[in-house]
Amino acid sequence: MNERFSTTLEGTADAAARSTPPAVARRLRGLSDRAIAWIFISPTIILLLAINIFPLCWAIYLSFTNYRANRPNAEVKGVGLRNFERVLTDGDTWLAMQATAHFVFWTIVLQTLIGFTLAYLIDRKFRGHAFWTTVILIPMMLSPAVVGNFWRFLYQPQIGLFNYIVSFFTGVEPSSFQMLGDVTLAPWAIIIVDTWMWTPYVMLICLAGLRSIPDYIYEAAEVDRASPWRQFWSITIPMALPFIMLAVLFRGIENFKMFDMVVLLTGGGPGSTTELASITLKREAFESWRTGRASAFAIILFVAVFGLANIYVKALNRVKQR
Amino acid sequence: MSRALKLTLGMTTALSLTAAASVSAKADELTLCWAAWDPANALVELSKDFEAQTGTEMSFEFVPWPNFADRILNELNAGGKLCDLLIGDSQWIGGSAENGYYVKLNDFFEAENISMDDFAAAAVNAYSTWPKGTPNYWALPAMGDANGWFYRKDWFSRPELQAEFKEKYGRDLAPPQTWDEMKEVGEFFQGREIDGKTVYGAAIFTERASEGITMGATSAMYPYGFKYENTPGSYDMEGAVNSPEAVAGLEAYKELYKCCTPPGYTDSYMTEGLDAFKSGQVAMAMNWFAFFPGLAKDENVGGDKIGFFVNPKQNIAASTLGGQGISVVANTDNMDGALAYIKWFSQPDVQKKWWDLGGYSVHNDVLNDPSFKDSQPFAADFLVAMNQVQDFWQEPSYAILLQDMQKRLHDYVVADKGTAKEALDQLIEDWTETFEDDGKINN
Amino acid sequence: MSTTAHSVVAPGRLSKSIAGAVVIIYALVTMIPLAWILLTSLKSPPDSISYPPKVIFEPTAEGYCNLFTTRSRQTDEYIESLGPPRGICDEITRKRNMVIVGESNYWPRFMNSLIIGFGSTVLAVFLGTLAAYGFSRFRVPLADDLLFFILSTRMMPPIAVAIPIYLMYRELGLSDTAMGMILLYTAVNVSLAVWLLKGFIDEIPREYEEAAMIDGYSRMQAFFKVVLPQATTGIAATAIFCLIFAWNEYAFAVLLTSGEAQTAPPFIPTIIGEGGQDWPAVAAGTTIFLVPILVFTILLRKQLLRGITFGAVRK
Repeated sequence: MNERFSTTLEGTADAAARSTPPAVARRLRGLSDRAIAWIFISPTIILLLAINIFPLCWAIYLSFTNYRANRPNAEVKGVGLRNFERVLTDGDTWLAMQATAHFVFWTIVLQTLIGFTLAYLIDRKFRGHAFWTTVILIPMMLSPAVVGNFWRFLYQPQIGLFNYIVSFFTGVEPSSFQMLGDVTLAPWAIIIVDTWMWTPYVMLICLAGLRSIPDYIYEAAEVDRASPWRQFWSITIPMALPFIMLAVLFRGIENFKMFDMVVLLTGGGPGSTTELASITLKREAFESWRTGRASAFAIILFVAVFGLANIYVKALNRVKQR
Repeated sequence: MSRALKLTLGMTTALSLTAAASVSAKADELTLCWAAWDPANALVELSKDFEAQTGTEMSFEFVPWPNFADRILNELNAGGKLCDLLIGDSQWIGGSAENGYYVKLNDFFEAENISMDDFAAAAVNAYSTWPKGTPNYWALPAMGDANGWFYRKDWFSRPELQAEFKEKYGRDLAPPQTWDEMKEVGEFFQGREIDGKTVYGAAIFTERASEGITMGATSAMYPYGFKYENTPGSYDMEGAVNSPEAVAGLEAYKELYKCCTPPGYTDSYMTEGLDAFKSGQVAMAMNWFAFFPGLAKDENVGGDKIGFFVNPKQNIAASTLGGQGISVVANTDNMDGALAYIKWFSQPDVQKKWWDLGGYSVHNDVLNDPSFKDSQPFAADFLVAMNQVQDFWQEPSYAILLQDMQKRLHDYVVADKGTAKEALDQLIEDWTETFEDDGKINN
Repeated sequence: MSTTAHSVVAPGRLSKSIAGAVVIIYALVTMIPLAWILLTSLKSPPDSISYPPKVIFEPTAEGYCNLFTTRSRQTDEYIESLGPPRGICDEITRKRNMVIVGESNYWPRFMNSLIIGFGSTVLAVFLGTLAAYGFSRFRVPLADDLLFFILSTRMMPPIAVAIPIYLMYRELGLSDTAMGMILLYTAVNVSLAVWLLKGFIDEIPREYEEAAMIDGYSRMQAFFKVVLPQATTGIAATAIFCLIFAWNEYAFAVLLTSGEAQTAPPFIPTIIGEGGQDWPAVAAGTTIFLVPILVFTILLRKQLLRGITFGAVRK
């Protein structure tokens, strides 16, 4: 690429310019930078306006109505803030939020711990580390829906592999516990699958962070005779922190929105134990078809994730500047 | 109908179809949507006659039960053109009629001399009419169904088990007649070693996502005396939905779930129950009659090894209704073809063959035939069950009502939250809110 | 990225081997579920649900046969009357007293995944490259706000967006069409693409284009002939992230498609046999579905690291 570039510098540009028909060339050259900027950016903005913002505005409008998408003939009436009031005073909403918070918190903790450890170990550059890194990445390439569906099979108490492996190591009878049917185990069942799937992602970001630390800092520490332990805590961790925080942000947002994997794994059950916010939302919107109320819930969720992410990004920037 | 007449009819239908073909390129194709289950295969087989007679190319879209309502209702709401004909669940009638998703069939029935009196009254009411009990028809009854039970006849008839049971309970080991007996029989088998394998009492419906646990639990609640309203049509639920009888029924279902089901059956519906029975894990299982023909023929557990029984009584005799009618989707490009199919399907000899192939006809000519009761080991039970069926709400808002019930029941039965009374009290609150939204109750 | 080593004192041989051992054990453990998918795809249905789970079994193509066909049960007499079986699947099916009656929907769904996945990826990367260049090189009014707006569209739960999209598509007739799905996935991916690519394009020194423009290139020519070739790494990294999303997406697909344009992820969990999920067929479908994304990932694994941090890692 560089070679190509240097030849351009040597003046083949003229030849290229000549090869373009003069009229077109003039017209293109005639385009001001501003026009080009506009031409380049506007398709994206228009697409996002059409498929993201316009629907969002529509959802905001719907959230103040009693509209139901499965009743095309019914009269649509404004109901003021009633939908919001109902969503916020409904105990089930808060149970869904709690289930979501539990899921988000523990997946982040586990994935960060395991992911960072792995990244740190891979950064030791043992023989074959590149190969094994690629192997570790595979779970995150899979479709969460397909993964959730298959883990349902793995978790079956009698025929599934998971209970059998646990039984092999602990001696507990395989059919004596049910990962998906038990109220206390089910929330952990979804955390295990998410951690299995997304730890590689956190690991990759952490690895990027570790590799961004310049060698000379360690060299200086070496000169100061800082112990490896001290180097780890006063160089590695602080320098990698923005990356770790980035990983936490991405996983936090993704898991706040979590739908596909969990819906196929537990369907929100048993009872409503693993019914995350998105699952509640889907039930409201596409099974109960209370479109107005579902829109209100969607907006509440969006504001929540947007607000939390904003606060977090501010914190992240502060860490970065340090 | 004579063969000649049938032929003429087939030809006229074919002619009318050719005429229509010039209008729409799709005219000789029909897509029929239904759930993916045993009777659907029988319908494919049956429809070959229709294809041969009319030259119509039938294609089928069979959706697995857990996704069936979701996917098809979504399709109807989206105004999709996937289905020309739809065998939709009985609860969908209200919404589909009010939103104009189904074609109203009264005029067509009249013109073609199809009389609803030829079909079992309970089935017509459940599968075809909206508003309920009025002669407004939106479907032709296609598949009668109710929740029933089957058991391992070979285990029940073992002398040593017979003796042990008699000693313990003072009566013969036989299919349970009441829900109290059900629990005893379930407990008797639970954890027992039979032929070197641990077996369990019963496989029952506990599915959370679509309709499973509601269909299962109501099979206990209806016999105990659960009612939706004190007076039908009044939406007056307090004291009906949460009556002491309803509470007792729900408690009985939970007890059966706790004492007598195989491990891991916390989210199981039709297929899981069939698996449990076919793999020899359970002594009894509830499921829809629709599966009985297949079970009777099963290589491992069919034949002499299986017996069938109607849903046990308690205070009254009742069964949970299943089954569907066949409707024409208003959005179809091939209205003539779809109507021709319905006309063909309504003929008594086609209905007869439908039953022979494993579908449940509710045509009176089939049901009243003296040989019907003996035509299949479960045929007599089917007649009993269809005469005592009760159905869920068929309101346009049925989906919300069903979601609420799913949640409350699963929370109580499987997730151990609260008491049966509390669950049903909350259910009344949920339902009241919906009926208020619909303007059916004044708040 | 591959040659930097931080510590002056390179990690000792022992610490290296321990690190290696731990990572390899982790990798092997996480491979178990995947290996199980592959093994299950080669089992017969009874083997797949045996208790305890079977590790050693006689492999069969039944799962793959069942994946691609629909079958119906027939009487022995009927099957005997058929003549010799055509092909291995026919033979396997007949052993179960069934005959193949047609093709399943798996292949059409897989093709939909290919069309929608690659179509939306190409479109998102194309639009994203243009917009990223625009933001990188020109003074755009409210650039930061616009960029943040673009990113924030990704924070919405898909179900929340799906409600109005569902209504909109219903009005426009885009429900259950490949076009509708491509547009939707493009919109979701373009925000990521802009952010990723802006990071990459920011790194290409402006002087390159300026020099080219002094030599007589127009701005457009400079973009196509100087900037684009320099940005290929970034474009590849972006493409793989867009593809992973579009290929694996479930929520929109299950809500907005029902037949014509349905992709594989909503389809695979609905593969059922006679009573119960046909696990070997599900596993076979999963395995086949994995192959394209796996190949793509292995080819572009070096770009993954940069893409994953939104281009935040400078080489």
